[in-house]
Amino acid sequence: MASVQLERVSKRFGSTHVIDEVSLSIDHGEFVVFVGPSGCGKSTLLRLIAGLESISDGDLMIGDKRVNELSPQERGVGMVFQSYALYPHMSVYENMAFGLKLGKASSESVAERVKETARILQLEALLERKPKALSGGQRQRVAMGRAIAREPDILLFDEPLSNLDASLRVQMRNEIARLHGRLGSTIVYVTHDQVEAMTLADKIVVLNKGHIEQVGSPRTLYERPASKFVASFIGSPSMNFLEGTCRSTDARETRVELKALGEVVLPYGVDSNAVGSPITLGIRPEHLTPVQATGSDAFEVINVEYLGNECCVYVDSDAEQFLTCRVEADTSIARNDTVSLRIDTAQAHLFDEHGQALVRAQDSA
Amino acid sequence: MTLTHLKRAVLKLGFWLMVITLVVYATFPFYYAVVTSLKPSSEMFKVGYWIDSVDWSNYVAVLSQKAFVQSIANSVIVALSVVAIALLLGLTAAYALGRVRFKGRTRVMMLVLGVSMFPQVAVLSGLFEVIRVLDLYNSPGGLILSYTIFTLPFTVWVLTTFMRQLPDELEEAAIMDGASPWVTLTKVFMPLLWPAMATTGLLAFIAAWNEFLFALTFTLTDSERTVPVAIALISGGSQYELPWGPIMAASVIVTVPLVILVLIFQRRIVSGLTAGAVKG
Amino acid sequence: MTVHETTTATAGPKKARQDARGTKVRRRRVRAAWLFLTPMLVVLALVAGWPLLRTIWFSFTDASLSQMGSANFIGVENYLVYDEGWYGLLADPLWWQSVWNTLFFTVISVGLETVLGVIVALVLNAKFRGRMVVRAAMLIPWAIPTIVSAKMWAWMLNDQFGILNHMLMGLGIISAPLAWTADADLSMWAVIIVDVWKATPFVALLVLAALQMLPSDCYEAARVDGISPVRVFFKVTLPLIAPALMVAVIFRALDALRVFDVIYVLTSNASSTMTMSIYARQQLVEFQDVGYGSAASTLLFLIIALFTIVYLYLGRRQLGGEQ
Repeated sequence: MASVQLERVSKRFGSTHVIDEVSLSIDHGEFVVFVGPSGCGKSTLLRLIAGLESISDGDLMIGDKRVNELSPQERGVGMVFQSYALYPHMSVYENMAFGLKLGKASSESVAERVKETARILQLEALLERKPKALSGGQRQRVAMGRAIAREPDILLFDEPLSNLDASLRVQMRNEIARLHGRLGSTIVYVTHDQVEAMTLADKIVVLNKGHIEQVGSPRTLYERPASKFVASFIGSPSMNFLEGTCRSTDARETRVELKALGEVVLPYGVDSNAVGSPITLGIRPEHLTPVQATGSDAFEVINVEYLGNECCVYVDSDAEQFLTCRVEADTSIARNDTVSLRIDTAQAHLFDEHGQALVRAQDSA
Repeated sequence: MTLTHLKRAVLKLGFWLMVITLVVYATFPFYYAVVTSLKPSSEMFKVGYWIDSVDWSNYVAVLSQKAFVQSIANSVIVALSVVAIALLLGLTAAYALGRVRFKGRTRVMMLVLGVSMFPQVAVLSGLFEVIRVLDLYNSPGGLILSYTIFTLPFTVWVLTTFMRQLPDELEEAAIMDGASPWVTLTKVFMPLLWPAMATTGLLAFIAAWNEFLFALTFTLTDSERTVPVAIALISGGSQYELPWGPIMAASVIVTVPLVILVLIFQRRIVSGLTAGAVKG
Repeated sequence: MTVHETTTATAGPKKARQDARGTKVRRRRVRAAWLFLTPMLVVLALVAGWPLLRTIWFSFTDASLSQMGSANFIGVENYLVYDEGWYGLLADPLWWQSVWNTLFFTVISVGLETVLGVIVALVLNAKFRGRMVVRAAMLIPWAIPTIVSAKMWAWMLNDQFGILNHMLMGLGIISAPLAWTADADLSMWAVIIVDVWKATPFVALLVLAALQMLPSDCYEAARVDGISPVRVFFKVTLPLIAPALMVAVIFRALDALRVFDVIYVLTSNASSTMTMSIYARQQLVEFQDVGYGSAASTLLFLIIALFTIVYLYLGRRQLGGEQ
């Protein structure tokens, strides 16, 4: 069984900690996505699992075997690289057969495996071509073919779609999802694109500065971000943040005083230690509704972006950044209108001054 | 308006004069060698700038000498063997120096660089002894061995720069496929390095073909000499009666293949020279 | 070459990436690296390291070419000894003349090659029709074997029938033919003429490569400012190509310091053109005095080593200044 366990895994280059005591468990057959801004260590973590980098500290287990010292091939991992890294002088067939031949498979079984892989990835017609003569998407499929031809227990993807254009990216995303369903192997996938992470993952690992910010399903990450960092990283357009102070909280509701919007009552309780301290309220654009202004708490609309299925309304608040609202496409709000803002309080998130989420009373119960 | 036009025209004229001077300066000695080699011996001592008539007698005279033909064969054998050895050893060394980080790598690079700066004379007596001990004196083997002193460092240096330009991910893909360093080098990198190897090989060939000091010192008999030594030692009755016609014919014979090679591969050669010097 | 070393040493995480200690792959790679280096190191030790040590050793012995094995240690006698008057290499006026000749040849020919090389490179860097043909023509002197070019020029410089004398007399520059290679005052210049002809293309190609890598924006800025081309060359171009030019000069200087072929063919062992390499080989091979010749070889090696070390030191300092 190809589960993966990381136990306090660290990676140091000289005195810099690129990965700092990361613990994580990946189940067999799971599709796990590492996501985070550039330099967060997600690629390094993948390379540690691949065996391309050595682990400075901690244990890496595949199945129930410690594999820190094993070569990639002994670990039973296959990898798809960002630049594809196809062997330019070899045909598609030879590219996929290379690893199999090195594994000392008989020539019939090599041919059989390559054919089977080509069938899965619809590469049968291209087997004699050189990588030069392939389109971006085809190269991508060959790179995947090369990784899965040896039937690794674990497939690793290092930003595989970042060299493709947008429409092809959607198509390849679906192919990868289908491939996962078909092979049932464990997949670890690195990307900086949160849309890829949300659409592909069973489980997302958000990394920041070499440590894990949060692990969870796409839904958990979206609806219950554990930190301001995760909240701002997941979701597009980004979550709005409003500074304020926590006035009171009990089992059912929490009162906060926002600098920009005045007092807001949230229909859930949080830790009572938060009372009196500065907090940040996070609200996603779809939960922030502008309505034509009636009272004194009016804000100016800076811009309205029409996106076809919806509109983005940008509102000038007194906060350091303008606020983003997502509204119906047929909204009557236009630029330079004055609006007041309604918060869907049940969907608002609270973060303490360190950026950690204040856990809702009913969630922790 | 007309003044600036005039000025521009003068500048342009000056520029083209310079270009023509350069071309004449660069090619005239070789051209004149060809002119001389095609003259019959009776006209040898009349200065003439053009090819009036074509007379092959100098070429016949040179090529009918067994020793000269033998020296061409020797040069070819020596140069090709040197190229093969330098490329083989250079390629493995370049992989180690270009793609693997290990303690002492910089020191090895400096060592290789240091050897390329050795004056040949400085190793002459020691190398003479080594060649005699190995029983390679007066044989192509001795020259092949000794020529590695200047071809190998150069080959290693240039191939290392080319090796470093190959993408990291390609090698990592090979590692993921379970390839050993040897397999990576021979099956993945070597096919990609053919252009670089052709360039380096060509430069090594030219260096070996042109070498003189070792060839002069480590060979004794006419039958073992290389072309440069054979040409240098063509002599007439006395020092003042050198047979210039045959000498020029021999010069043209050994130079024409090189000039053709250089003209065909000029782009490659330029990139190889600059890779060895500027980037190296 | 120092340039590359330093950049790899300081290169960021991309290179550091490979610095993985401990995995099996990593250990196997390091082991393979040394295995791959071994043949080269063995060959270099055989043809360079060991011979150099033997040469240095011979320089302290009375070895002769016919009996190199049974040499006796004689201390520094090959270099300097007092036996009712000073004897030995350092007391030999011919040695000192060959040192002087070598330095004179190096400074003059490398100087000329540098100036001419830059001019040629500037011409080749201009965009004009037939540029590739001119570049190809410039490669011809480089490709011709030194021996052959020396012979060609020897014929052109021939005192009685040489075309150069013919030309100069035709132009009225000289009234009587010059004995280029035989006249002690002229022979060094004859050698320099041949060397400059042969080596200028090498310098020009390296400089040309540097010129073609220059950013065009500073030229446009200069042109907009209306600065004269000559000033632009000295203020902008020259400082930018200086590192490449430096490398070319070093390569040429190292070659010039060990010059042998061209002089051997043009003027043989004449004292007016005798260089250190010619001197050492004459002692070693023609006079069969391996001990004495090795002493001369050793000194030549030391001079070149000193030169190299100074260069590496300067190169490193210059690099430090840039960063």
